[in-house]
Amino acid sequence: MGMLEVKGINKRFGGLQALGDVNLSVAENTTHAIIGPNGAGKSTLLNVLVGKLIPDSGSVMFNGQSVLGRKPHEINQMGISRVFQTPEIFSDLSVFENVMIPCFAKRDGSFRMHAIESIISEKGIQQQAEEILADVNMLEKRHMIASSLSRGDKRRLEMAMCLVQDPKLLLLDEPTAGMARADTENTINLLKEIRAQRGITMAIIEHDMNVVFSLAERITVLAQGTPLVEDTPDNIKGHPKVREAYLGEAQV
Amino acid sequence: MLGLNKKDARLLLIVVAITMLAPFILNPFPAGSDLAQFNAGYPDLMQRFVIFGILAIGFNILFGLTGYLSFGHAAFLGVGSYAAVWMFKLLSMNIIPAIMLSVIIAGVFSLVIGYVSLRRSGIYFSILTLAFAQMSYSLAYSVLTPLTGGETGLQPKATDARILDGALEPGEAATPSLFNIAMRDSFELSLGNWEFVFNFGYYVAAVVMIFAFYMSIRIFRSPFGMMLRAIKSNQTRMSYTGLNARPYTLAAFVISGMYAGLAGGLLVAMDPQAGAERMFWTASGEIVIMTILGGAGTLIGPVLGAGFIKYFENIVSKINETVLHQWFYWLPDGLEDFVIAMIYPFVGKGWHLPLGLLFMLVVIFLPGGLVQGGQKIAGLFSRKTADEPQPKATEPAE
Amino acid sequence: MDQIILQILNGLDKGSAYALIALGLTLIFGTLGVVNFAHGALFMMGAFVAVTVSKLLTLSHKVVDETRTDFLGNPLEVDVPYVYDWFGQAAGDVLIDWAVPIALIVVVPIMILIGFAMERGLIKHFYKRPHADQILVTFGLAIVLQEIIKYFYGANPIPTPAPSAFVGSFDFGVAFGFDPNAIIYPYWRLVYFFFSIAIIGAVFAFLQFTTFGMVVRAGMADRETVGLLGIDIDKRFTIMFGIAAAVAGMAGVMYAPINSPNYDMGMHFLVLSFVVVVVGGMGSLPGAVAAGFMLGILESFASMSAVIDFLPGINQIVIYLVAIIILLTRPRGLMGRKGVMEE
Repeated sequence: MGMLEVKGINKRFGGLQALGDVNLSVAENTTHAIIGPNGAGKSTLLNVLVGKLIPDSGSVMFNGQSVLGRKPHEINQMGISRVFQTPEIFSDLSVFENVMIPCFAKRDGSFRMHAIESIISEKGIQQQAEEILADVNMLEKRHMIASSLSRGDKRRLEMAMCLVQDPKLLLLDEPTAGMARADTENTINLLKEIRAQRGITMAIIEHDMNVVFSLAERITVLAQGTPLVEDTPDNIKGHPKVREAYLGEAQV
Repeated sequence: MLGLNKKDARLLLIVVAITMLAPFILNPFPAGSDLAQFNAGYPDLMQRFVIFGILAIGFNILFGLTGYLSFGHAAFLGVGSYAAVWMFKLLSMNIIPAIMLSVIIAGVFSLVIGYVSLRRSGIYFSILTLAFAQMSYSLAYSVLTPLTGGETGLQPKATDARILDGALEPGEAATPSLFNIAMRDSFELSLGNWEFVFNFGYYVAAVVMIFAFYMSIRIFRSPFGMMLRAIKSNQTRMSYTGLNARPYTLAAFVISGMYAGLAGGLLVAMDPQAGAERMFWTASGEIVIMTILGGAGTLIGPVLGAGFIKYFENIVSKINETVLHQWFYWLPDGLEDFVIAMIYPFVGKGWHLPLGLLFMLVVIFLPGGLVQGGQKIAGLFSRKTADEPQPKATEPAE
Repeated sequence: MDQIILQILNGLDKGSAYALIALGLTLIFGTLGVVNFAHGALFMMGAFVAVTVSKLLTLSHKVVDETRTDFLGNPLEVDVPYVYDWFGQAAGDVLIDWAVPIALIVVVPIMILIGFAMERGLIKHFYKRPHADQILVTFGLAIVLQEIIKYFYGANPIPTPAPSAFVGSFDFGVAFGFDPNAIIYPYWRLVYFFFSIAIIGAVFAFLQFTTFGMVVRAGMADRETVGLLGIDIDKRFTIMFGIAAAVAGMAGVMYAPINSPNYDMGMHFLVLSFVVVVVGGMGSLPGAVAAGFMLGILESFASMSAVIDFLPGINQIVIYLVAIIILLTRPRGLMGRKGVMEE
């Protein structure tokens, strides 16, 4: 029984079957990659997992609780954090504030009317925020406005914002999309570190095979909205069905 | 001090000093001199400065922090005003119950309107608030006449119940008061040619404004205030961080509605009458203008903006052609007429024109309003001094 | 029955004005992605073009009329409009009488120029800024335009009559077999209604059947792709802004005889037109037109005494009420497209 159990998910957009009978199980304490050619339904699947889309049928259970029909903030409060393809951060706020906000969300829940207390007096939150910034090597940039960060730093900041909540499951949507080679390497190393030090379960949606094979412990291959195979990276590499799916794409 | 950091505490102290000394500061010109008409230190105007300051501070908590542009905020001012007059009529001319009811009613009203309007964002939110405010205005003018006095407005009458005060003596006017000190009581001080008026009502309103300003600093510096800024910055990240934006924006909306109610109650406390025109959408537009002109999202900006607009409305609007001729009599005739013809469209009854132009310039070039403008100018000077060789530039940092 | 027809007719002329302004607003939203709070001011300026033309045509000089004397026995001085000198008295009278239709010809180039100037000088710089900023800066512009008009024309409404041929009312009662005088309707309002239909039809035909219109519609649907095709969409958008301004101006000219122009008439219409646009669906031209007429008619039905007795005050708030209900149940309005202005 995995931490995240996806069973029999179907989703149609008009005449297009975006997801057909998707079953997926992400085991605790693994890095699980979901790969597939363009249009395979990776993003649709991710949007179902975070509550942005409601499937036509099927179930998604997280630690025995259904996530379907819940709002994104409720799903986050269950312990699922998400990293976006282009980093979603609070651009107008300082780096330090960016990481303090998830700390408050973790401690106080989705809403609390703490309008009179001063941020300065929240020593515990500040310490947490400082620690995570130190972990991602951004402590000296804490007073910068987030919009002025480099792209790589924005990615690190977003990662820090997710990690500081100590999530049970971290969802990553093409974390290296559009990155230069050096940044990609940095991100892979950062994710490896996180995996090694914190033991957080990760589900990665990814296009880049290099990233997938350096991180994943299990891989699910998605094609035309349906899982083709699920196996270890070594077995996936030579799998004929996978070749077919990718070569098919290459010929188009 | 008071849970504020050094910088904020200093700002608060400056505001306290300026409001307390306003009767001096606003009357810099000797009575009877040519420039005396620029004196703004008379009770009616000083009261407006601080009351509209409260209104703008409240609006800033909504717009400045969350970025939700309400075009119907005058409705809460109006509702607060009506509530206060009713308290005068039913209970007592003491302003405390009146203002308390103003705040409560405006709070309830903004909770209802906010709950509905905040289901949409962006321009839809603006239109919804505008629609609600216009509805309130129309209803106050027509069907709700028994409650609002319709076109004639609402004011205390001799026949009112006034449970605590009892009926008025024949010929006695109903004057709002605070424990038997009338709001209109004033103490006048003459120093040489200068005259200064210290009005009780003004000081009551000023103390309330200082408290309102203090509360707004606390909100700005609180985790709640940070959440509101986060909403303005990125709602997607907000919800994927496990935070529910709706109750935060609603709380901000209700707080700013209560500030507007407070201002409405104070207006009535100074002058016991209320009319529907206070709720018209142009009044809401004025709140928007004063907040943005001063500097939305800054602490002091809205107060400055409110003061700026009320000064324009009451002082610049009084400059007419005769006054201009008095000023420029020393110019040669033709030139005098020319100069006056150039200035005249911008003053007197045309005071909206420079205001509109200034507002446009601020929106285009200074998103942080006049406060940002001031900072830029200050920055220019300090850079100049910084560029100069400073042998002893080793002042310890704060 | 006659009551219902009367209310529909009453709603049509107000509805026409809403529809025309909402159409212009939507053209600007849809093409440029700009929320234009100064659109009502353009409508108002159109009405003042009518005022100006009417004033210019009656511009007079004094002539001593020897045949008549005033009450002191001196020869009478009479005002003679210049147009009498140029075209003779009969033709001059016709010109003065037809001042409003003449203004309709004058207003188009004037408003197109104003529109170009506005777009190039101001609006262009706000394409990439938040909608709140667009609202604010155009709101400021509306105040400025309003004050300029007030400076030159004063704060009082200026009566601007329709040509005498259209003064009076048409008796629908007689025409359709009801009691005489049951349904009477001023001629000019009929003219206004047909005029609006013609303008709306012309705008739609222009967008539908010309290459220019096709490009603009494509730009409304997907601006970036059209830009990638190497088409200079910006230039076309400027022209679109001019057209929208001209539509608002013409609507203003024709409205002048119905309500004497006043410097703040634009704002009044703007608030309602925004509600109309939102109800119709942001960015949808048919939606704007349909909602304009619908709300105009709804408003006039709500003013029927039978309705008011039942729901007091409903005539004052019906438009806002409908807007609130629509916005909450159909966030995109009646015919809105997905994703327009939502953030």
